[in-house]
Amino acid sequence: MYILCTVLFVIGIYSIIAKRHIIKKIIGMVIIEYSVNLFLILVGYKAGGIAPILAKGQDVAEFASKGVDPLPQALVLTSIVIGLGTLALMAALAIRLYEKYNTFDMSEINRLRG
Amino acid sequence: MENLALGTIAAPLGSAILILIVTKWWKRFADIWATVVGGFTLIASILLIGSGPIVYRMGGWAPPWGICLVLDPLSEFMLLVVNLLGFFVTVYSLSYMEWYTNKPKFFALFLLMMAGMNGVVLTGDMFNLFVFLEIASLSSYALVGFGVEAEELEASFKYLILGSIASTLILFGVAIIYSVTGSLNMADISVFLKETGNNAAVLLATALFFAGFATKAALVPFHAWLPDAHPSAPAPVSAMLSGVLVKALGVYAMARVFYNVIPVDPIFLKVIMVLGVISMLVGGLLAIGQWDIKRMLAYSTISQIGYIFLGLSLGTALGLVGAIFHLLNHSTYKGLLFLCSGSIEKATGSRDMREFGGLSKKMPVTSIATSIGALSISGIPPFAGFWSKLIIIIACFRAGKTVPGVIAVGVAFITISYYVKLQKYTLFGKLPDKLAKVKESPFAMSSAMIILAVLCLALGLGYPLLNSSILSPAANSLLDTTGWGYITNVLGF
Repeated sequence: MYILCTVLFVIGIYSIIAKRHIIKKIIGMVIIEYSVNLFLILVGYKAGGIAPILAKGQDVAEFASKGVDPLPQALVLTSIVIGLGTLALMAALAIRLYEKYNTFDMSEINRLRG
Repeated sequence: MENLALGTIAAPLGSAILILIVTKWWKRFADIWATVVGGFTLIASILLIGSGPIVYRMGGWAPPWGICLVLDPLSEFMLLVVNLLGFFVTVYSLSYMEWYTNKPKFFALFLLMMAGMNGVVLTGDMFNLFVFLEIASLSSYALVGFGVEAEELEASFKYLILGSIASTLILFGVAIIYSVTGSLNMADISVFLKETGNNAAVLLATALFFAGFATKAALVPFHAWLPDAHPSAPAPVSAMLSGVLVKALGVYAMARVFYNVIPVDPIFLKVIMVLGVISMLVGGLLAIGQWDIKRMLAYSTISQIGYIFLGLSLGTALGLVGAIFHLLNHSTYKGLLFLCSGSIEKATGSRDMREFGGLSKKMPVTSIATSIGALSISGIPPFAGFWSKLIIIIACFRAGKTVPGVIAVGVAFITISYYVKLQKYTLFGKLPDKLAKVKESPFAMSSAMIILAVLCLALGLGYPLLNSSILSPAANSLLDTTGWGYITNVLGF
């Protein structure tokens, strides 16, 4: 699973660097974000884990050994929301860029130099 | 006092939303309220100076478990830097942003950015650092593209892609640190890592943090976004970006993480030093060739950030004091210069220095403020910039780093040369015919510029006072050789 994380990360970086299409760059960015989210989830993963809520009559020692770590899940939730904000801004900018330049090709959007 | 510290985050954060709601019925509300909030955070950050280490426990949870805000001398100092420039930029943009449509949205985004930066400076929790960093960065991406012209959108997109990659790298680093230590609290992580020592995973996390924060701070191999984003943004936003954003998100965060949280391998300090020196040189040399006034200032920012990192990387008390003092100075005079460039741009409608000349007769206030800013940044003795550069250079020689010291002296001459170019082409010489009707900028803009110009001079003259009250405590809180000072403050043992 950790290998999958790395592969996703590299794919994302590749598509940001090598692709010229704006939308493909945005997708690459989202893939990177999700590879990190996956990594965060894996940090808290436990084989055969149970929900980290102490039910009535549950053995505390068993709960402590089996319950998954809830913190990474909370972090991933936050990070997904932040990712949503970034994605929305990126998409809005892509639309505005298309209005101004009439192209999605980043190599033709190059009025800034120096 | 604890609530005052929280207020510097909560007030701008809440007001950003409040402004958007209320201005639906009352248009002037945005101006008034943004000024009030800016004034409040400035006064709060002045009052908080010297109030000692404060730990605010969110929701009453004690530090290793809950999220806490930590106000130590370094945070107090950064809070002052952020809010000082923030308030004057708010005053300036009251009349500058008349140029653009939809001022309320500008102020909402601006206050959001302020909240994010104050949060970054105050937080004592790694993930919280990432969240506030993203709040500040996201609103700054939107602010760079605020004019929605072709160039601005392009710059904003470039900045957004590079900025989000940096943020993602930082999040990756936080995740690795959490998987190693099982904690997100900075002090707790520090305790754990001191006991177990570094392993390969911590080294990887350090490298990720380094790449992420260096991108935010625009250190040279990571600087590509800055010369595009800063000139394209509206002038007050460029002043904020150059003046404090790169420092709060980049320099401060890196200093805090590398000095207080992770016991850093000395090799990283060497890397920072080499990159800092390269930044100074590359930024300075590229600035000479620029004709766009704001682009020149942006390259000059890269060069000055190099100075700050050089001071930080020395690891001695004198070097840190120099770096911190230079950080404060750079935020005032670079903010001032960007505000001046904005007022010149507004009066003449151009940013190309070849079209200017003789503006000192038509715009006395702006030209005096520009001259003071330029003199200060190029290191002419009574002004603040001279002292901070001198301290950094002396610290270099004291630490036995002769080559960086000599290069720092050389870059100071490069700095003088391009600011002389700026003054010669902009302020002196013959006034072109088409600029004959140029007028001085309105009161709100001039007053912000005047006060910042006075600050440039006052900071230089008041260095001995500043050193004992603000700078040395801030440097010491980084440079506690055992590193336990910060931990004791937070965890209370």
